[in-house]
Amino acid sequence: MTYPKFILRNIGRKKTRMLLTMGSFAVAMFLFGVLVTINSGFYAGVNVADAKRLMVKNKASVGMMLPFGYKERIKQIPGVKDVSCWFWFSGVYKDSKYFFVKFAVDDNFFAMFPEFVMPPDQWAAYAKDRQGCVVGRKLADRFGWKIGDRIPLKSTFPGSWEFNVRAIYENSWHKDDTAGMFFHHRLVSENLAQLNRTMSYIVQVEDPTKAQAVISAIDREFANSADETLTETEQVSQARNVTMFGDLRLILICVGAVVFVTLLLVTGSTMAITVRERTDEIGVMKALGFSDQLLLVLVLCESLSLGFIGGGIGLALAKLYTLRGDPSGGMLRTFTLPPQAILYGMALAMLVGMISGIVPALGAMRLKIVDALRRV
Amino acid sequence: MVRIDGKGNGDSLIQVRNVEKLYHRGSETIRVLDGLNLDIEQGEFVAFMGPSGSGKTTLLNLLGGIDLPSSGSITVAGDEITHMSGPLLADWRARHVGFVFQLFNLIPVLTAFENIELPLLLTKLSAKERRQHVETALALVALSDRMDHYPRQLSGGQEQRVAIARAIVTDPTFLLCDEPTGDLDRASGNEIMDLLEELSSRHAKTILMVTHDPAAAARAHTVLHLDKGVLVEAGQGRPA
Repeated sequence: MTYPKFILRNIGRKKTRMLLTMGSFAVAMFLFGVLVTINSGFYAGVNVADAKRLMVKNKASVGMMLPFGYKERIKQIPGVKDVSCWFWFSGVYKDSKYFFVKFAVDDNFFAMFPEFVMPPDQWAAYAKDRQGCVVGRKLADRFGWKIGDRIPLKSTFPGSWEFNVRAIYENSWHKDDTAGMFFHHRLVSENLAQLNRTMSYIVQVEDPTKAQAVISAIDREFANSADETLTETEQVSQARNVTMFGDLRLILICVGAVVFVTLLLVTGSTMAITVRERTDEIGVMKALGFSDQLLLVLVLCESLSLGFIGGGIGLALAKLYTLRGDPSGGMLRTFTLPPQAILYGMALAMLVGMISGIVPALGAMRLKIVDALRRV
Repeated sequence: MVRIDGKGNGDSLIQVRNVEKLYHRGSETIRVLDGLNLDIEQGEFVAFMGPSGSGKTTLLNLLGGIDLPSSGSITVAGDEITHMSGPLLADWRARHVGFVFQLFNLIPVLTAFENIELPLLLTKLSAKERRQHVETALALVALSDRMDHYPRQLSGGQEQRVAIARAIVTDPTFLLCDEPTGDLDRASGNEIMDLLEELSSRHAKTILMVTHDPAAAARAHTVLHLDKGVLVEAGQGRPA
């Protein structure tokens, strides 16, 4: 026999109680895993934002567009390396439940986003085809699309919106962020000529350390015009987009905190009952020569093990759940439980286990042998 | 040889000098042991008898280092245990004392083998050596065929034999038995006493036993009576 075996035997002495306690850990850690995944999905854009890229939007509202003419004027501003149109296209593939993000972009867009990589021949095919589109690997897998497939979209915008899959991109910075579709902005420009506007502009600066000066210069350029601009770094812009859903991080933290406090109370009371039931055994072990400190460690290891096993099960289930794919239908850029989140989760589960075991373990440590044996 | 007059020659295995144990209940002070002296030599089998509350179990607890006297000294195998700190005392218990309790007090989630192995976890023995020690102890209590049984699968007598095996597996200096037959029927009680007698006679184990049972006490070499915290009489049990 070894100490780990002894600890496991003690954990398993009341099967129902063990299953319920581990189940509490598993549910809590599953929830933790899914919440972290959702949070990562919302913040994926923020985390992979490039310091060299700026977003230029209409200052009045993100839903209002900017004139095409701004593109050339922005290009003239010192410090600007390149400008690309960026149009969030509201189209539906088959049914609204098959949601995914679609952007109309200029061809130079891909040069500004080097993380999107695709084979050169596919890129060339896309560049040549007016109705060509580039889809992410995840999106292609989701619908079983392959090169050459024709993708019809229904849109409130007038015109026919059909696209040919010419390229499938991977993301070299964040491999799971491949759920989007891109097509030529000129198609939008032609079909919506009377609009003469685009949603926003992406600006690449020459020197990221001088981005603030460029931001000020762009907004100054269009100040007091009918369409004033709001220019931000890509990171700030993405973060602002996330906050449109509310303070997600605070909501997630609050939900998580409530779950963990509850878990702490449940596990703490379980451990307290467990130790109280074994008062005589603890007394006997001390009489046999087990020191107070060793008993403290053994009880703490029990609660740690509960956290480790239960938390591990919960996180494994969360990982399996995320492997099934994004349940939001493309609302989230990624739906992956990162390895570091699994490590944090395990650490958190063990921390809860340890905290909940401290009071009962101290009780076991302080228990006098004669008192313990007297209770038999 | 056992003496209760405090005039031992200093060579005894166990030397108790002027030991007092007081309990306080509110403003009341209860004197459980009152200036007790005792000398017990190696290999003795001593039974303590006396009415409830006479201090038998308290004396056993003091001798086993699981309680401390209010005054006086206890020396076992040259170690003055009354001034030892917690961790030192725990280590001393592991090396010198084998406990046998009235209710056996086996760990229910461990097999007989594992229960006996438990105190050996505190030693530096390898798994193989531990196994050899446990098998020897099991053979001594004639339970080799029950090593994989859990306590609930054993009779009371078998449980107590496992408890005795657990007490002797570390080869302690002496055994402390608190009413070892108190929860057993007559036949099982006799088996346990046979076993303790064998440990005393064949293996020269020093055994100190508290009992209410005159028949069990009669198996000891010496019977000591405690009354109101004082050893009042030293009688002879069976010859050593």
